[in-house]
Amino acid sequence: MSRTTLFALQVLVAVVGLVLWQVLSTVPVFGKILLPPFFFSNPLDVFSQIVKWFASGVIWKHLGITLAESILAFVIGSLGGVLVGFWFARQPLVAAVFDPYVKMVNALPRVVLAPIFALWLGLGIWSKVALGVTLVFFIVFFNVYQGVKEVSRTVLDNGRMLGMSERQLMQHVYWPSALSWMFSSLHTSVGFAVVGAVVGEYLGSAAGLGYLIQQAEGVFDVAGVFAGMFVLSAFVILIDFGVTLVERRLLVWRPTASDGRG
Amino acid sequence: MTPTAVALEDTKVAFRLGDGRVYTAVEKAHLAVAQGEFVAIVGPTGCGKSTLLNVAAGLLKPAAGSVRIFDQPLAGLNRDAGYLFQADALFPWKTALDNVAIGLEIKGTPRTEALSQAQKWLTAVGLGAFANRYPHMLSGGQRKRVALAQVLIRDPKILLMDEPFGPLDAQTRQVMGNLLLDLWNADRKAVLFVTHDLEEAIALADRVVIMSAGPSSRIIGDWRVGLARPRDIFEVRLDKEFHALHREIWSVLKDEVMKGYAQSTRAAEAV
Repeated sequence: MSRTTLFALQVLVAVVGLVLWQVLSTVPVFGKILLPPFFFSNPLDVFSQIVKWFASGVIWKHLGITLAESILAFVIGSLGGVLVGFWFARQPLVAAVFDPYVKMVNALPRVVLAPIFALWLGLGIWSKVALGVTLVFFIVFFNVYQGVKEVSRTVLDNGRMLGMSERQLMQHVYWPSALSWMFSSLHTSVGFAVVGAVVGEYLGSAAGLGYLIQQAEGVFDVAGVFAGMFVLSAFVILIDFGVTLVERRLLVWRPTASDGRG
Repeated sequence: MTPTAVALEDTKVAFRLGDGRVYTAVEKAHLAVAQGEFVAIVGPTGCGKSTLLNVAAGLLKPAAGSVRIFDQPLAGLNRDAGYLFQADALFPWKTALDNVAIGLEIKGTPRTEALSQAQKWLTAVGLGAFANRYPHMLSGGQRKRVALAQVLIRDPKILLMDEPFGPLDAQTRQVMGNLLLDLWNADRKAVLFVTHDLEEAIALADRVVIMSAGPSSRIIGDWRVGLARPRDIFEVRLDKEFHALHREIWSVLKDEVMKGYAQSTRAAEAV
């Protein structure tokens, strides 16, 4: 299938969906409106809400806050994950001692931590960052840990035979291997940073996309809730696109699935 | 007399198995490689020939006996040796050029100097135009060429090669063999070359050493190859002397191969 046909079909799905939504929520079928506007709103109202947000400029502040929280959560979580992952992989005793606790904390649904963080760090951005960090940290941590432990024995021996010191092995073998594992989970960890930020905002804050949705919900403004969701989706897709660009740049050395040579 | 580059004296290699028993891979190996000499070790699968090479490299400690490198007892890794692995050992996150340059950069050579040297070596192995490719973009044979350049750029006094051309197809192996001989001819390093392919061993080496089937394998034969140098692997295989030597060594090796095969089937049945 050519790219244009594919794109046309993709657009068609959106158009059909929106038209159905609009028709079913405004035109009665056998004397009954199937999607009552109170619960489902309609695409035109949602769209005009989005336009209003962007026209008045209020949305930028909320987007900026959510973006800042996501970035901070991602950076801090990744940094922590890389450092601890490295440390554990190089010190098997430490890893063994902490193993049950790592599993315990990771098994905990992170949402329950949100009230605690709000209590400790207040309703500002840091309680949301903390929630994002707990999500990002474990993804990066497990990947780096795996990456360092699964460095190929032969590549390691080769480094040694080429005369690398422990420090040089770290720089030329362990580090790139760990980073490649971290980058391979970039989409997931960035996604979770956003989830942490938005869920945190939703549960208690004064700004951000999560706050916007929560506010709309509080006054039964269904159009506002849907508008918030659409903006959020677009926001995540944009970030994901950025991650793809970064990834393509960083992982050029990696064989891709379509790459036939083994 | 030329000095001895590698000397294994009554070297025994043993491993402790998971259940506490001790498995003796190699029993009392005695082997000397003179400077400038190309020695090939041939033996059936599982005879411990790679193990012996790892001992010479210092990657493995012998259970008994000693290893001497240029008459000095070996402690730790063998710093005089370059090691060519059977499996892919290139750094997948470095380009071909960086993979070759790293050998010099480790020693503290400035990067620009290391890179220009690396480019020369890549050209020497016929990959001058592939400097910016990553290992996964190269074929198996090309990766071996890069690995060869990576080892040779450090100018080691001893070359240890563990079935380096094992994973390659028959034609590529011969091409690589000729490339190796050409490069080796330039400065004649001491080479210890492990292979299971007797023809390859005779075509390349000055001496062919045969090991018995494992476990507790030992060196059971040592032949001098008198074929004139420089050699061409394609040509040398047609030589009468080559055939006579091949027949002679094979008559000894064949029994060991059959023994090794029988042992591995028995081991498989026991499991």
